[in-house]
Amino acid sequence: MNPAEQTLTATDRKIQVRDITKHYEVGGKRFEALGGVSLDVAENEFVTVVGPSGCGKSTLMNILGGLDEPTSGSAVVDGKEVRGPSPERGIIFQQYALFPWLTVRQNVEFGLKTARVPADERRRTAQHFIEMVGLADFADSLPKTLSGGMKQRCAIARAYAMNPSILLMDEPFGALDALSRVRMQEHLLETWEQDRRTIVFITHDVDEAAFLANRVVVMAARPGRIHRIIDVDLPYPRTEDVRLSPEFTAIRNDIWTSVYHQ
Amino acid sequence: MSADPQAAVVSTAGTAPPEGGPTAAVTSTKRRAPSLLVLNIATIFLGLGLWWLISLTGLQIPSPVEVLLAGIDLAASGILLTDIVASLTRVLTGFLLGTALAIPVGFLMGWYGWARGLLEPWVQFFRTVPPLAIIPLAIVLMGIGEQPKIFVIFLAAFLSCVISTFQGVVQVDRTLINAARVLGAKDGTIFARVVVPASTPFILVGMRVGLGSAWATVVAAELIAAQQGLGYRMQQAQIYYDLPTIFVGILVIGLFGLVMDRVLLAIESKLTVWQERR
Ligand SMILES: Nc1ncnc2c1ncn2[C@@H]1O[C@H](COP(=O)(O)OP(=O)(O)OP(=O)(O)O)[C@@H](O)[C@H]1O
Ligand SMILES: [Mg+2]
Repeated sequence: MNPAEQTLTATDRKIQVRDITKHYEVGGKRFEALGGVSLDVAENEFVTVVGPSGCGKSTLMNILGGLDEPTSGSAVVDGKEVRGPSPERGIIFQQYALFPWLTVRQNVEFGLKTARVPADERRRTAQHFIEMVGLADFADSLPKTLSGGMKQRCAIARAYAMNPSILLMDEPFGALDALSRVRMQEHLLETWEQDRRTIVFITHDVDEAAFLANRVVVMAARPGRIHRIIDVDLPYPRTEDVRLSPEFTAIRNDIWTSVYHQ
Repeated sequence: MSADPQAAVVSTAGTAPPEGGPTAAVTSTKRRAPSLLVLNIATIFLGLGLWWLISLTGLQIPSPVEVLLAGIDLAASGILLTDIVASLTRVLTGFLLGTALAIPVGFLMGWYGWARGLLEPWVQFFRTVPPLAIIPLAIVLMGIGEQPKIFVIFLAAFLSCVISTFQGVVQVDRTLINAARVLGAKDGTIFARVVVPASTPFILVGMRVGLGSAWATVVAAELIAAQQGLGYRMQQAQIYYDLPTIFVGILVIGLFGLVMDRVLLAIESKLTVWQERR
C-alpha cells in the first residue's frame, strides 16, 4: 500500500477489498480467477480497472456487487462486509440487462416499485433520470426499439433512480460504436462531476480507462491480481483538449505498456 | 436474450414446429403481405379443384359438393353440432386441466433443483409414451365414460406444455435476475416480475403445442370408445362406408384445429410484442 493511501481515514474509504481470492472448480481442477486482490477506493473517486481478458475483472465486480462470493478475503463497503446485492451499489452490465417486456419508464421504475415508493413519487423520480439521460422522447418505448447506446442510457437511468452510493460498471460501453462510446463517456463524466458518486468502472479500452479515471487499476491474469495502480493527475472537466494533450498521451501510453507488456 | 422459444421447444419436445414463420414474414415485409394472401386463397381453390377432379376419376372419393351436402345434412339433423360440442368439451376440459397443472409444475421444475430432480424423469418418461398408448389402460381403469378420454387429453396437453414452461424458466437470462436483485428484488418479486414474463413466450408456445396434441388425441380417443363426437362419427361412417361423412369429419377437425391455433397465435403475438424478432 502506498503512503498516500494510508492517510485515508476509515470514513474516506468507501470500498475496501481485502485480499480477495476466488477459485473455480473446472473439470475437477482448481482455477484461480483471483489470487489475492486488495484495493481501497475513496469516497467520490472514479476508479477504472483495465486488464487482459480473463484476468478476473468481472469476477471482482460481481463480488463487490454482492452477486458472487469470494473464496477468501472480503469486500467491505461503508465499513460493512458485502453480503448479497443491494440497491446501495448500482450495477451496470455490459449487456444492458433491461427487462425487454417493460418500457423505458417501467424499467427505470422497477427498483422504485420494489422499494414500494408511492406511484407519483416513483413517476417523478423516473422522469427526472429519463430526462437526465436524454430519453424523454422514448420513455414509453420498449427496449427493442432502442439503439445500443440508448439501451445503456436507460440502464444508467435505472441505476441512478435507486440513488446508489456506488456505481459499479462492467464494460458498460463495450458494445457501442466509437462515437457513441465517446459521447457516453463525456456524459458519464458530466454527471459524475456534479454528484461525485463513487464509481468503479471496468473496461478493456485503455483510452477510456485513462480518460475517465482518478486512478487506473491495471490487472494481470493467471492468477487475477493487481499489477499496477496509475494515478491520472489530469483536471476535470476532461475536455477534448485534455484528450489531445501530451500529458494524457503519456499516461495513456504508460497504461498501455502496463496492460500489454506485463 | 437468447433462444428462440419455438426452436428450443421443438428441439426438446420433438414435436412439429408450430407455424410461426409465415406470420413473422408477413409483419416484417408488409409489401409482400397482400400477394401472400392472394396465394393462400388461390391455393385453396386449386386444392378444391384438384379434389373435384380426383372425385371424377371414379376413385370412390366423394366430390366437394357431395361432402358439402353431407355436411348440411349432418348440421340440419343436429348431429354435427352435438358431435362438435362433445369433442370440443373434451378437448377444452383436458387442455385447460393439462395446462393449468403444467404451468405451475413447469415453474417448479425450472425454479427449484429438487423439483426438477424429482419430476423430470417422470415427465421425460411419459413424454416418450404416445398418449394414445395410454388409452387402453385408461379405459380399463376408468371405464368407457368421459373420464378416460379427458384424462388422455389432459395428459397429452400437460406433457407438451410442461416441458416448454420448464424450458422457459431455465432459459431466463441470469443477468436479468441479477439486475433485479441489484434493484432490491427478492425471490418472490424476481419470480413474479422477471421469471414469469420472461418465460411467457415459451409457455404460449407450449400451450399451442399442447392444444395441438389435445385435439389430435381427442379424435383418436373417440375412435376407440365413445357414443358421440367427431371421432366417433367418423368411426361409425367407416362401418357404413359413408365416405362423405368421413370427409366432413376431417374438414371440421382441421378447421377447428386451425381456428384454435390461430386464436392462441393471436394471443401470443399480443403478449410477446416486446420480443426482439430476428
Ligand atoms: N462460473 C465460472 N466457472 C469457472 N470459471 C469461471 C467462472 N466465471 C469466470 N471464470 C473464469 O475466471 C476467469 C476470470 O473471469 P472474468 O469474467 O472475471 O474475466 P474478465 O477479466 O472479466 O474478462 P473479460 O475482459 O473477457 O470480461 C476467467 O478465466 C474465467 O474463465
Ligand atoms: Mg468481464
